Amino acid sequence: MTLAGWCLMLSSVALVVGLNAYCFYRVFKAPAPAEHLHAPLDIETGEKMD
Amino acid sequence: MVERERETWSTRIGVILAVAGSAVGLGNFLRFPGRAAEYGGGAFMIPYFVSLLLLGIPVCWVEWTLGRHGGRNGFNSAPGLFAVVWRHGASQVFGALAVLIPVIIFAYYVFIESWCLGYAWFYLAGSIDPGSDAAQYPLYFAERFNRFIGAHQDGVLFTGTSPAPLFLAACFALNFSLIYLGISRGIERFCTWAMPALVLAAIAILIRVLTLGTPNPAHPDQNVLNGLGFMWNPKPLGGGSAFSALGDPQVWLEAAGQIFFSLSVGFGIILTYASYLKPDDDVVLSGLTASAANEFCEVCLGGLITIPAAFIFLGAAPLANVIGSSIGLGFHAVPVVFEYLPWGHLFGFLWFGLLFLAAVTSSLSMLQPAIAFFEEGFGMGRRSAITALGLVTGVGSLLVVYFSKDTVALDVMDFWIGSTMLIVLALFEVLLFGWVLGAERGIEEANRSSDIRIPGVFAPIIRYVCPAYLLAILGGFAWRNLPGQVRAIFERPAAVFTVTFTAIVFVFLFLLVRLAMRRWETQGRFANVAQRRFA
Repeated sequence: MTLAGWCLMLSSVALVVGLNAYCFYRVFKAPAPAEHLHAPLDIETGEKMD
Repeated sequence: MVERERETWSTRIGVILAVAGSAVGLGNFLRFPGRAAEYGGGAFMIPYFVSLLLLGIPVCWVEWTLGRHGGRNGFNSAPGLFAVVWRHGASQVFGALAVLIPVIIFAYYVFIESWCLGYAWFYLAGSIDPGSDAAQYPLYFAERFNRFIGAHQDGVLFTGTSPAPLFLAACFALNFSLIYLGISRGIERFCTWAMPALVLAAIAILIRVLTLGTPNPAHPDQNVLNGLGFMWNPKPLGGGSAFSALGDPQVWLEAAGQIFFSLSVGFGIILTYASYLKPDDDVVLSGLTASAANEFCEVCLGGLITIPAAFIFLGAAPLANVIGSSIGLGFHAVPVVFEYLPWGHLFGFLWFGLLFLAAVTSSLSMLQPAIAFFEEGFGMGRRSAITALGLVTGVGSLLVVYFSKDTVALDVMDFWIGSTMLIVLALFEVLLFGWVLGAERGIEEANRSSDIRIPGVFAPIIRYVCPAYLLAILGGFAWRNLPGQVRAIFERPAAVFTVTFTAIVFVFLFLLVRLAMRRWETQGRFANVAQRRFA
């Protein structure tokens, strides 16, 4: 294993691990999207208007 | 007609793992290490990462964005997703191609998947026994594999001499059962445990490989460090300095091709998966995360396991003969390694088990585009759509299994559909995004509700660099392979049958797309698209 080989291997692995760490950190840190809240008129009660 | 509630992903990590699972396949563990070691070693990683930045990630964002946009307009299948952006005949042609590609790839990929399942079972059952003469190991594994897949003679797999058809049937049953359960309960749930399991199995094997030291004192040069060096030391292709490979256009083409095939772009799969997102779900960070997860499996696991392990037990010269072939590396060379390892059968089971999981998460994703099309194009129920798809993929797989001699049918499908047409479809997608929609507007749509933003510099990259890159890959690929593949069509009946079958399926799908398009027009499904477009 040459010095250049070490440098390329470690920098490739570090780059990919770093990218994963950043991405997954942001994914898990992001707040969950708000659920759609049903307004009273959205709710199907089964009653008929007439 | 069956009206059903629109399916969506239930969690964000679920869709990321499903897309990553679609991308992570045998190529990460077999094709990438072979290509890197063959085309410049560590120097290969420079054009590799440049291609990731300028081609892989932008095309992923294109597919995620087109998918979510189409989904917001009520479509989940590629013909509809394309037509939302461009109501033109080309959208019908490429829409049909986007349905055809995963169907045909599934037909042969599931056969390869069954090899992995078969080998995992053989190791678990302890039925692999090459004897005590180590010199015969390579020959034993090559011959055993050829007999298993019927590589000596067409039709031999129907005579009951190999258990391969049983494993194929099991793979079909697994894939179709999971897809029957749907997006959230089937694909998402399976990938949510399969992807972590795959990574854990790969890490266990990685630790074993990196702690091998110098297992054979008779060959002190065959050790872990030299194995890593065989993979990662920069080396010239012919002569010259260590980094002279960077001056060779072939190395750049191979690196770009590897990124392209590895990320599963151009399959129509990411497009379909993204259409099941909710209208305000993020696509930029999710797309980047799925790509990053694929890179982790490829560079950090595949890049550190396969070649070093094979080098330690085979040595440089025999390894150099098989690194150009993923199948040779995976099924001829690597099994030799397990014969030397303590607990070799356990590691053999883990290795082929992880390849099997990687294959299932990929093959599963190949079924969804056609199912989405049958469901929304003709109002089919899931069961009917699965039956229709099972019929088409079943006939395709039977063709591959029957014409097993030298894997001709498999190779023909892989060349024309699994390689060439993938690039053509990706080219259409980037042109659609960059020129029809407009790269700036497209990026604006991608950035809407996203947790990170695509920098503006990617507009010219998507508009100019990606198409140029894809044309270069297509040109280089055709220049090297086209003459041989065209000759094969005239010389091998198996190739003629395969091409004819593929062409018939394409024409049939194209006609179905035209019918579906008329149906959508009649239903007025495009009426609100213009108003909603990038509102």
